[in-house]
Amino acid sequence: MTGPELEPRGGAGSALPHESAVLHVTGSATYIDDLPELRGTLHGAIGLSSEAHASIVKLDLSAVRAAPGVIRVLTADDIPGRNDFGPVIHDDPIFATGEVQFHGQALFAVLAEDMRAARAAARLAIVEYDRLPTVLGIDEALEAGTRVLPDISLRHGDVDAAIAAAPHQLEGTVRHGGQDHFYLETHIAYAIPQEDNTFKLHSSSQHPGEIQLQVAHALGIEAKDVTVECRRMGGGFGGKESQPGQIAAIAAIGALRTGRPVKLRLDRDDDMVLTGKRHDFRIDWRAGFDADGRILGVRFTQSTRAGYSADLTGAIADRAMFHADNAYHLPAVAIDSHRCKTHTVSNTAFRGFGGPQGMFGIEEVVDVIARTLGRDPLDVRKLNYYGVSERNTTHYGQTIEDNVIHEMSAELEADCDYRARREAIRQWNASSPVIRRGIALTPVKFGISFTATHLNQAGALLNVYTDGTVLLNHGGTEMGQGLFTKVAQVVARELQIDVDRIRVTASDTARVPNASATAASSGADLNGKAAQDAARKIKARLTEFAASRYAVREDQVEFRANRVHAGATVVSFAELVHAAWMARISLSATGYYRTPKIAYDRSTLSGRPFYYYAYGVACSEVAIDTLTGESKVLRTDILHDAGQSLNPAIDLGQVEGGFIQGMGWLTMEELHWDAAGRLRTHAPSTYKIPAVSDVPLVFNVRLWARAINAEDAIFRSKAVGEPPFMLALSVWHAIKDAVAAAADYRVTPLLNAPATAEEILRSIDDARQRARSA
Amino acid sequence: MTTAELHFLLDGRDVRLTNVSPTTTLLNWLREDAGRCGTKEGCAEGDCGACTVVLAEVRDGQLNWRSVNACIQFLPTLHGKALFTVESLRAADGRLHPAQAAMVSCHGSQCGFCTPGFVMSLFGLYQTEAAPDDGAVTDALSGNLCRCTGYRPIKSAAHEMYRLPVPSGSLPAPQWLPGDAAAQALFERLSALDADDRTLDIVHAGGRFTAPRSVDAFADCVAAHPGATILAGSTDVGLWVTKQFRTLPHLIYLGRVRELDRISETDGWLEIAAAVTLEDAFRAILQHYPEFSELWRRFASRPIRNAGTLCGNIANGSPIGDSMPALIAVGAEVVLRGGRQRRTLALEALYLGYQKKALAPGEFVHSVRIPLPGQARDRQLVRAWKISKRQDQDISAVFAGFCLQLEHGTVREARLAFGGMAATPKRASHAEAALTGRPFDAAALNDARAALAQDFQPLSDMRASATYRMEVARNLLTRLQLELAGAATRIDSMEADHDRP
Ligand SMILES: Cc1cc2nc3c(=O)[nH]c(=O)nc-3n(C[C@@H](O)[C@@H](O)[C@H](O)COP(=O)(O)OP(=O)(O)OC[C@H]3O[C@@H](n4cnc5c(N)ncnc54)[C@H](O)[C@@H]3O)c2cc1C
Ligand code: FES
Ligand code: FES
Repeated sequence: MTGPELEPRGGAGSALPHESAVLHVTGSATYIDDLPELRGTLHGAIGLSSEAHASIVKLDLSAVRAAPGVIRVLTADDIPGRNDFGPVIHDDPIFATGEVQFHGQALFAVLAEDMRAARAAARLAIVEYDRLPTVLGIDEALEAGTRVLPDISLRHGDVDAAIAAAPHQLEGTVRHGGQDHFYLETHIAYAIPQEDNTFKLHSSSQHPGEIQLQVAHALGIEAKDVTVECRRMGGGFGGKESQPGQIAAIAAIGALRTGRPVKLRLDRDDDMVLTGKRHDFRIDWRAGFDADGRILGVRFTQSTRAGYSADLTGAIADRAMFHADNAYHLPAVAIDSHRCKTHTVSNTAFRGFGGPQGMFGIEEVVDVIARTLGRDPLDVRKLNYYGVSERNTTHYGQTIEDNVIHEMSAELEADCDYRARREAIRQWNASSPVIRRGIALTPVKFGISFTATHLNQAGALLNVYTDGTVLLNHGGTEMGQGLFTKVAQVVARELQIDVDRIRVTASDTARVPNASATAASSGADLNGKAAQDAARKIKARLTEFAASRYAVREDQVEFRANRVHAGATVVSFAELVHAAWMARISLSATGYYRTPKIAYDRSTLSGRPFYYYAYGVACSEVAIDTLTGESKVLRTDILHDAGQSLNPAIDLGQVEGGFIQGMGWLTMEELHWDAAGRLRTHAPSTYKIPAVSDVPLVFNVRLWARAINAEDAIFRSKAVGEPPFMLALSVWHAIKDAVAAAADYRVTPLLNAPATAEEILRSIDDARQRARSA
Repeated sequence: MTTAELHFLLDGRDVRLTNVSPTTTLLNWLREDAGRCGTKEGCAEGDCGACTVVLAEVRDGQLNWRSVNACIQFLPTLHGKALFTVESLRAADGRLHPAQAAMVSCHGSQCGFCTPGFVMSLFGLYQTEAAPDDGAVTDALSGNLCRCTGYRPIKSAAHEMYRLPVPSGSLPAPQWLPGDAAAQALFERLSALDADDRTLDIVHAGGRFTAPRSVDAFADCVAAHPGATILAGSTDVGLWVTKQFRTLPHLIYLGRVRELDRISETDGWLEIAAAVTLEDAFRAILQHYPEFSELWRRFASRPIRNAGTLCGNIANGSPIGDSMPALIAVGAEVVLRGGRQRRTLALEALYLGYQKKALAPGEFVHSVRIPLPGQARDRQLVRAWKISKRQDQDISAVFAGFCLQLEHGTVREARLAFGGMAATPKRASHAEAALTGRPFDAAALNDARAALAQDFQPLSDMRASATYRMEVARNLLTRLQLELAGAATRIDSMEADHDRP
């Protein structure tokens, strides 16, 4: 006989499958394009600019209107409210008027009886342009002085003196590219007109609350008149944070103008051309260090390509500044940040949100220092790690109270046998005619919280029904990261009921208002806490009720594994709930949470922007072909800190998936713009994200067993969405190590990301040439 | 005799359609007309696999299963076949198919949008292979992109599904489990459909679709309609519709011509006819030229190779097509047919200029003939190498096919063909001359490398710069020489090397 179970099924901490897993594998998970279409539904397509920068002389849409199946054409004139979808600053027109500012900017939209008719018609516009001068790249923008936002500087200590006084100085420039999100589901919105000039929208969005406002503004109505729902996205990665506003607004304008439901789903090519991507950066640096490689002062100029408008560039570039240290103590720092305006698509949020960009810079500095001194880069990394109780203040003034990088790094170094392998690789390289191998172990320290402090709040709504089942709603959105699963697990643990008794419903602005974007890895931290708060309210009411009903003290009432113990009496949760309802106890509660302790001054970028930090370490080994530049990851070992994981299976999935995505950014994903500013890699035929053969041949990924959040985050877990992305820097530095090997370790390689075969071959040639002339 | 009724099986049930617009894609039909939204669109160009479905048909007296991309298959090409989609797999009692159950237990889905496609690729694997190794798993998944998981759990699921009980019920059992009643029933019904000798001829406002069954009827039809578009696997033509919005007034489909689905070996030649898929063609070629494994493995993805044809690749004649440089190197020929006339041409002679071929109006590529390697295999050095940004499913920056005949260390004949270097697949005649008649030593290599500049002025585009293309083409000659000397030159060879410290 087994005793009564102590835990309900699927509570926080258990490795439950994704709540939609069975729906996913049977094809019955509903995405917006799968919703049954209402009678009269129209399909939209967007007409795009074919110039990067030009004034519009003439926009002749007569052929578009006359095309078969076309019902209506929308232009800026059809917008009753504000022609803007900018999330922070209002510089993002829904439809360009007067002037186009990037190739692929939206000019108009077509609504037709079917999608193919709409798409075919959208190509028939006759547009005459007067070309204007373009600024396309970062260097051009720096020269022309174009910015979307003012430059920002951060100063910590007397950096010039520190560098000048250092025994060694070095400087350099390194660049990395942007990245398309390539969520498998392209942008989509479905707008349904409702009575009395109100609208319901289905939007594939990480931020339904913002869509609600953007649609209201565009239509000239109020927030109360628009509801936005999102059950799930087919991937988001930041690409559906601010960008869906335009799509939703166009669909809503169409619904307003035709009185019919309008679905707007972007074709993959249009999606890639029209919507923003990861910011690419140019990083100029100068560092002073001692003979061991200890950094004494470092100066960065971070210049990023914002594109034509600000979008979220301000916060992204700020985060790049905050992460210019990664895990390293920098005694004196100066960072100048340039947010360049260019005639290209407006770049936006992407997993890491500036963090990867900032870390890319400092990891370059550390690697170059180590190679210059002839030391193992891992030794120089460890030397520069933040201390645990001293040398633990960041360049923005936050004291790091939870540093575990030393332990994690030592554990991984031993586990993956880094030292012996590094030695063996160097010997192997000496006798290999064509292939060279490289290895690198790199750390990640990532700050958790929205840097815009006010966004660190969340709400939840929890309904308990008389059969004891629970309907849960919160402001977060599900994009595959497993948020709905985790939050349900939080409530299961809190109420001590099986997780299958809880249903999490679509994010909906009518249920939980004013929710922040599901971003900054904060989803489970914020919404988990808010849901816990709601569950605790219900639990308190039920406890009070049970105490009076069964005549025990409240501290004698205990919820355990689907049962409630009140002294000697044991009833099922459902029975107690039903009894409470009979006794007229409210069974619905809202929950709320705001992250404590955080505050910082935006003007100086100083204070405590982050509640805590998440850590990780990765070691990668690669091989490169010195004849073709092709590369392959042979082995990767990862140790990641997810705190006390809410769901180890889901967290492992975030670590593996984030790492591979990061690897794509640094190796094969290349956004290629031509001289006219046209994106030439706008489909998977030309833009290559990692595929199955790119997974490291040996791929050992573990969550750190000893991990625990030092702060009181939900059940002491840690956010895990973004931090693993940057573990891919280990691949990048392993490639650099292999390139160095190609020149017999005599010079420091100069490599820019992405390390495509072409870039690696160029870098090898360059390194060998410098080695010969050295 | 003709019929205008499109007839295929879906989950074993008859689907009969008249009045179908011929360029309706299978994906759009499923999602918009059949109400089966499990199959997703991620790109509509065959590159992401979200739309993967599985087809069964009768070939060589047995059931043949293959995964294809629904987004670029035109609906009428389903005539006579059986279609399975992600909705087909779950048993009536709600039990998941092993491919599905393993994806759940291995945590193989996150956002889930790619998942139906992966499940169908896994199902295609399950139906055809009893015990796939890692390579076979990777190959089966090479056409499916996932942006969330990083693939590791999906690869695990591919192995895990074989540890689960084989489903019983209405779904036909996999090929490796003979004697299944449902499979037998499907086989019989498909055999009956296959016995239908009528030409499918659909005439619709959206265009005409003609699918003859004999090669003579096909040849006559092509000759009678020189302006029509020949349709084979539609892995090029499909994109003309989904991406370029071209209207195709008349498609003449060769996929139902029995005599064109033949691979034969006679008099030292391997002959592959026009309807043979890339996958089947490569498997046959690899029997004789194992050196072409990279051409096979890195050519598109499994579902594309399951649909596209080798002759279609040759007939399309893209300057970045992969098969031609390899085949030109070993001296392949094409058999062209116009009406009742046949002629044979050296493969390289088919290509006259950018998108210009020596194909007369009304003529088509009947087959490609590949000389089998001679007895003196040890004196022949054959290589085919692809350079692209990604291993799986990518278009070449440069493709090289090399064949050297050596005698006592001297190069008797050199055939060096390249893709991605010129407006057509092309031999490097100057480099060939530089090698011929001398030992392949450092001096010969240098001369051949230099000669490439006379052979090619490559272009720069988003795949590679001209400089890179030229440097890599030269370096591949270096690699050839190193391989002749027996040196290890390939990253791929490191795959097996797990026992490093
Ligand atoms: C995602 C994707 C990846 C790809 N990757 C690669 C790759 O790695 N390497 C590569 O080389 N190619 C690649 N391709 C293209 C390749 O699949 C095609 O070139 C294929 O081989 C064409 O064969 P098909 O049967 O599909 O031809 P179809 O698309 O049916 O026809 C192609 C063209 O050839 C004509 N045609 C077909 N058969 C004949 C015939 N027998 N006689 C005369 N004309 C004929 C058609 O009229 C049409 O003009 C890829 C395509 C896709 C969609
Ligand atoms: S939708 Fe991407 S392959 Fe078909
Ligand atoms: S699970 Fe999201 S793309 Fe694969």
